[in-house]
Amino acid sequence: MSEIMNNSGVFFALLGAAFATFFAGIGSAIGVGKAGVAAAGVLSEDPSKFGKVLIFQLLPATQGIYGLLIAFLVLSYTGIIGDPATVSMEQGLLYFAACLPIAFAGLMSAIHQGKCSVAAIGTVSKKPDQMGKALILPAMVETYAILALLVSILSVFGIAKM
Amino acid sequence: MALQKMQRINIYALLKYCKDILETLQRRSVIQIENVNIEDSVFFKEDTGSLQSSYRRSADIAKKASDIINEYVKSKKSLFSTFKGRKSITTDEYNELVESSSEILKIAYDIINFKNNINQNETEIVKYEAQLEAIKPWLNLDIPMTFTKTATTRAFIGVFEGERSEGDLLKALAEVCPDVDGIDIEIISSNENQTCVFILCKLSDEQTVYDSLRQIGFSLPQYQSKVIPKQREKEIIKHINNRKGRILENTNNIIEASKYLEKLNFLEDYFIMKAERYQVIDNISTSNNTFILSGYIAKDDAADLKKYLEEHYWAEVELEDALDADTPVKLKNSKFTEPVESVLATYSYPDHKEADPTSIMAIFYYIFFGMMFSDAGYGIVMSIACAILLLKFKKMEKGLKKSIKMFFWCGVSTTFWGLMFGSFFGDAISVICKTYFNVEAPSIPGVVTPIWFNPVNDPMRMLMFAFLLGIIHLFVGLGIQAYNDIKNKEYLGVLYDVISWYLLVGGAILALLSMDMMGNIAGFVLPPVCMKIGGYMAIAGAVIILLFSGRDSKNPVKRFLKGAYGLYGATGYLSDILSYSRLLALGLATGVIAQVFNQIGSMFGTSVIGVILFIIVFVVGHALNIGINALGAYVHTNRLQFVEFFGKFYKGGGKEFKPFKINTKYFTVKEEI
Repeated sequence: MSEIMNNSGVFFALLGAAFATFFAGIGSAIGVGKAGVAAAGVLSEDPSKFGKVLIFQLLPATQGIYGLLIAFLVLSYTGIIGDPATVSMEQGLLYFAACLPIAFAGLMSAIHQGKCSVAAIGTVSKKPDQMGKALILPAMVETYAILALLVSILSVFGIAKM
Repeated sequence: MALQKMQRINIYALLKYCKDILETLQRRSVIQIENVNIEDSVFFKEDTGSLQSSYRRSADIAKKASDIINEYVKSKKSLFSTFKGRKSITTDEYNELVESSSEILKIAYDIINFKNNINQNETEIVKYEAQLEAIKPWLNLDIPMTFTKTATTRAFIGVFEGERSEGDLLKALAEVCPDVDGIDIEIISSNENQTCVFILCKLSDEQTVYDSLRQIGFSLPQYQSKVIPKQREKEIIKHINNRKGRILENTNNIIEASKYLEKLNFLEDYFIMKAERYQVIDNISTSNNTFILSGYIAKDDAADLKKYLEEHYWAEVELEDALDADTPVKLKNSKFTEPVESVLATYSYPDHKEADPTSIMAIFYYIFFGMMFSDAGYGIVMSIACAILLLKFKKMEKGLKKSIKMFFWCGVSTTFWGLMFGSFFGDAISVICKTYFNVEAPSIPGVVTPIWFNPVNDPMRMLMFAFLLGIIHLFVGLGIQAYNDIKNKEYLGVLYDVISWYLLVGGAILALLSMDMMGNIAGFVLPPVCMKIGGYMAIAGAVIILLFSGRDSKNPVKRFLKGAYGLYGATGYLSDILSYSRLLALGLATGVIAQVFNQIGSMFGTSVIGVILFIIVFVVGHALNIGINALGAYVHTNRLQFVEFFGKFYKGGGKEFKPFKINTKYFTVKEEI
């Protein structure tokens, strides 16, 4: 019984990992999907722009990967994969909280980065030489996913050391 | 690190040398030709519009023909064809090709004709196929569809909607015209959509029967064949086969002509080149025997060209330093920093009044890219790949070559930071040692253990280092602003716009670092005296900004308000510095994702299949990680340069120097010197 109580945080840690992957993943899926539709439209006119539009389509993909990264860290620190470890209730809840920034900032920023990518694909289709500028605009949105990732990473590292 | 000094060049020469001089200029590609606006009783402009458009039309024809060939003959385009660059031909080959240009143009026309013929036949096939479809239900009819009457009978050939049986129709007909008899109905074919019928009645009842039939839904078929349907079917099939034969013939002709593809490409280049040369003539003024040409040239190239033109063509060349605002900008950088010019170009060329930031930017560019990508394995892969491309494809286009060179240096930097942080394909070596040999990895500095420290274990230290680099980056940016101010002799600007911010931001940082609260985060605390010094510095800076950043306004209230707004810009510095935290975040992302793949790979156990699976996961996973994180590092390095760094000093808006040159797509002509 006491063992179960000692290890009861695992559920919340896992919930956090799930949140991080699935919310950030949903965001990326929507964003990449939107950009992909626009990219395919451009390709129908000019297949030689494949390399260029592919980059734009990939931009919103990073949030899902950041989510995966946090989830993986949590999974390995809580012993769900790799060496077994005990996770108290308190720690589990902390892990859960640590996952929230990338889960939600990832979700929203990926969707909006996707929209921005769609517009940037339009720019590149008309003015291929403006690639550099067009790339910066969606990258601006990503900043907030990066900040969330930073907070999530630092929190997870901090909790693991506790 | 500089913009090249530009000169305005005017060339006066005899008209008979005009063509030769233009060719020389086009080959040397050192002059950007500007419009000479002299039109008077002596000088006039030659109208070459019609010639130009006829050359462009020929180029279009050649392009169209080569497109057609490419449509029919799958050329073996290798993955690396983008790197190959243009094919070079000798002057002899060039002259030979020029001589046969009218012949090649004729071939181009032929190819286009073949294609038109194919299109025409394809349309006809579609038409015949529709007829074939229409005639199908009537195949059982053994008389022509246009048959109407004999001496005593009247026949109706037509369709009813839906599936109807003979009885049905007779019954329906009897209801409408009960008095008529002797109607014979034969169902030719029927399906759920329509029923095709042959109806026979007495000639005397013709009108009544026809009206009644119309009432119960009879209609004439849309397509009627004048011969017996079966025979018509045969005819149509013959027609189709005939057309198919012609298509095949023309297709073969096109495939046959595909050996001229290179020549067609040459033709396109040749006519475009010619058209461009004539376009330049629009910009020069000619008199009956002389012409004037004007443009910009880099000072380094000027003397050489002047000498050449004067010796060979008796031309008079006039040079003067170009100082006007429209002067185009040509960058000149060392081999190490030059590749980053292409990044600068995507933002904007520097105004000719400001310094070219390429060289300073390049150093930070490589450092930041390396820190974000930060894996020795990935860096080595990237550098080697770029080096191979550079060595193998020497004729690569200039722009592409610059980019590849840039990624080569980025790879070197990535390797360096990877060694510093102890990341080599993540933790690949420790994982392999642990999983397959059951030993701890030997501590090889750089590859297994970090030379400096591992950011995963000590992220705060890394964060502080990122901020430090960020502050240096921003301050260097401010420094360039100071340089520009001095260059333009606005010495007070240095104090008001640069030193003030050094004081404010530097002082604030000093004060912050001597607070206990920040000490917990940074891991060290400066002595309290720094608090005082920092405070005074910040106050001095703030006062200067408040008083002088609105110095352009004469109205004191407005000036003060502008100053206050300028001071508000301090929040911008805060967000700018925090923005460098992406160096940590992206660096960690690369490292941790690499570890994830290593761990997933090691989960399959130590059997042979396990090892194979490990290799697959390793290769695919790390390739994926390289792709996505190299993209991330590239994009975010650009962002740090464009937004944070350029925001401090860079105005841009300069015009790129675009020399008059040979603008070919497929070929370059080797010069004989």
